[in-house]
Amino acid sequence: MSACSPASATVHDVLIVGGGLVGGALACALGQAGLRVAVVDHEDPARLVRPEYDGRASAVALTARNALAAVGVWTGVAPHAQPILDIRVTEGDSPLFLQYGAEVRDDRPFGWMAENRVLRRALLARMAALPSVTLYAPARLAELSRDTDRAHAWLDDGRTLAAALVVAADGRNSAVRRQAGIGVVDWDYGQHGIVCTVGHERPHRGIAHERFLPAGPFAILPLPGNRSSIVWAERADLAPAILAQDDEGFLAELRLRFGDFLGDLALDGPRFSHPLGLRLALRYVDRRLALVGDAAHGLHPIAGQGMNMGIRDVAALAELVVERHRLGLDIGDPAVLARYQAWRRFDNLLMAAMTDGINRLFSNRIPPLRLVRDLGLAAVHRMPPLKRLFARHAMGLAGDLPRLLRGEAP
Amino acid sequence: MAKSASPRPATSGTASPEEVARFTAMADAWWDPEGDFRPLHRFNPTRLTFVRDHLARHFGRDVTTDRPFAGLRLLDVGCGGGLLSEPLARLGFSVTGIDAGERNVAVARLHAERSDLPIDYRVATPEDMAGEEFDVVMIMEIVEHVPDLGEFLGVVAPLVRPGGALFAATLNRTMRSYALGIVAAEYVMGWLPRGTHDWKKFVKPSELAAHLRRHGIVVKDLKGMSYDLARDEWKITADLGVNYMAYAAKD
Repeated sequence: MSACSPASATVHDVLIVGGGLVGGALACALGQAGLRVAVVDHEDPARLVRPEYDGRASAVALTARNALAAVGVWTGVAPHAQPILDIRVTEGDSPLFLQYGAEVRDDRPFGWMAENRVLRRALLARMAALPSVTLYAPARLAELSRDTDRAHAWLDDGRTLAAALVVAADGRNSAVRRQAGIGVVDWDYGQHGIVCTVGHERPHRGIAHERFLPAGPFAILPLPGNRSSIVWAERADLAPAILAQDDEGFLAELRLRFGDFLGDLALDGPRFSHPLGLRLALRYVDRRLALVGDAAHGLHPIAGQGMNMGIRDVAALAELVVERHRLGLDIGDPAVLARYQAWRRFDNLLMAAMTDGINRLFSNRIPPLRLVRDLGLAAVHRMPPLKRLFARHAMGLAGDLPRLLRGEAP
Repeated sequence: MAKSASPRPATSGTASPEEVARFTAMADAWWDPEGDFRPLHRFNPTRLTFVRDHLARHFGRDVTTDRPFAGLRLLDVGCGGGLLSEPLARLGFSVTGIDAGERNVAVARLHAERSDLPIDYRVATPEDMAGEEFDVVMIMEIVEHVPDLGEFLGVVAPLVRPGGALFAATLNRTMRSYALGIVAAEYVMGWLPRGTHDWKKFVKPSELAAHLRRHGIVVKDLKGMSYDLARDEWKITADLGVNYMAYAAKD
C-alpha cells in the first residue's frame, strides 16, 4: 500500500532482475509493447559483451529466431549467426547413424548458432533503443518486497523502484527465487562441460556434429567463418586436468575427439568449464513474481539450448502480460501468474523428462546437448514422418506456441 | 452479478483509523482475485475485452498505444469496489464511478489511491448526475437490480453525450438463466450469496433495446458470456441465453 511506498520510487510496470539473454529478450518484448520495464543487472554492460566474459554460443531454434525477430533483436544478430543446415549424430567411433537433411526441414535451417556476446550486444542495443526500457546496470538489488498491491526494489546505490510484477531472470542460482522460498530439485551429473571456440582449416558447411563419446556428448557447432563452438562433456575427475594443460596439450586432447575432417585446429579465445547438473524450480510463480529461463529450469549451463527454453518462457509470459496490460488489468495478478505456470511448467518438465530418457538410451549420465534433444535413434532415421516430427521438436515448432514464437508481436 | 451495496452507511471524508482499517480489509477482499469477488475477477477480462474492442472502433483508437482512450470521459454506474473503473482509468479514460453504497465508494477510493489512479468516485445515483454528459456510460451488472427498468434507463440515457456509447451487462430472463444464474451460481457453485438476484427482474435483450431506442440509443451488438468450467474462464459467445452484454451508440 502507499504507506510503505517510498515517495521517490520510480514506477515501472515490470521489474526484471537479470539482464542476460532471457531477461533482455523479455525486456525487449514488453518494452516494444509499451510497458515500462526496469532491468536490474549486477554486471557492467560493457563487460558482458567481451569474449572473456562469456565464450559460449547458443543454438537459436527457429521459434526463438522468430521471437527475436519480432522484438527487433534479430537484425543485430543475423549478420553474425551461422545457419545450421544439417545435424549429424554419431555414437563413439561407429559410422553415421542419424542424419537430418533438407528433406525433413522444409528448406529452413534447423537453427542458428550465435555467440552469446553477439546476442548480448544486440539485446543491449535494442533495450537502449526502446524508450520505455530502463537498464539499471551495474546495480544490485539490496532489498525486494512484494506486497499485495505492488513490488518495491531498493538498489544498492539508493535508488528505489516500484513495479506491478517482478521477473526473476537471474539464472540458475537465482537469488530472487531463493528469497521467495521457492525450492528446487537438483541433480548433479558428476561431469563438467568444457566450452571453447576453435578455428579450423576447412569450412564446416553449416553442419553440426554431435558425438556420443563414452565420457559424454561432444558437439561441434558451426560458427560464422571457419570456426566452431565446442561443447564437450567430461568426467568431473578428468576435466580439471584437461583444462589445466597448456594450449598445445589441450588441443591434443581436443583433436582426439574432434578428428581431422576439418583440417588442423587452433584455439580461438579462452576455454570455460562448468559443472553439469539439472535444477528445476518447484514453482514458477509467487506473489507478484514469475521465474523465467535458468531461474526456473537450468538443464545445465552449457547446453546451448537454455536460451531457447528461456525464450519460450519469455514468449508465454509476454503474451499474457501484454494482453492483460491492454485491458488495463493488473499484470501481476495471481490469475496471470497461474496461467503462465500452467503454460510453461509442463512443457519444461516434459523437455527435462525427454532429455533424461535419451540420456538413459545413450548410457550417459548426462543429458545430451539439447541441439538434438528430441531426436531419436537409428530407428527414427528409417521412419521419415516420425523423423520430421522429432525435427520439428528440435526446431521448437511443436506444442502450443505463444504468438511471439510464430514471429508475431504479442 | 455485482454484490449489492452494503446496508450500513459509513461516514465519508473524515474516516476514523478504525474505519480506515476496516475499509482496507474490505478493499483487500474486493480486490482479492481468489476471494469473495472471484466471479467478478474471472468475468472482468472477458467483459473488458468486449468493451475495449467496441470502444476502439467507436472512437477510432489504437489499443496497442499507451492510454488509448485519453481525453474521453466515462461514467461507471454501480462501480462497487472499482473493478471496472480502475482498468478503464488505466486505459486512459477520465473515470467517474458512482455507487449508492457509501462503503463501496470508500473501498473504491482507497484502492484507487493505492493504485495511483485519479478516479472521481462519488456516493451518488444516476439521478444525482443529471446535467452531466459522458462519452461512455457503463451500466454493468446493474439493470437486473433496479425496480423500474424504463425509469432507470430514462435517467441514464441523457448522461450519454450524442455520439457517445453505452454498455450494459445483465442476465437474460430465460429458463436457463434461472437454472444457471440463480440455482447454479447461488446454490450449487456458491459464487454469489443466496438472494443476490431476483429472476423476475432479469432483462430480455429486446426489452433493453426497446427502452434504449426510446431515448435515441441504438443497440449495435449483443454478445453472450459463457463459463468454461475446464479453463475456469468466461468466453464471449453468440448465445444470449444467460449472461449477456450490449454495446449501444447514441446518435
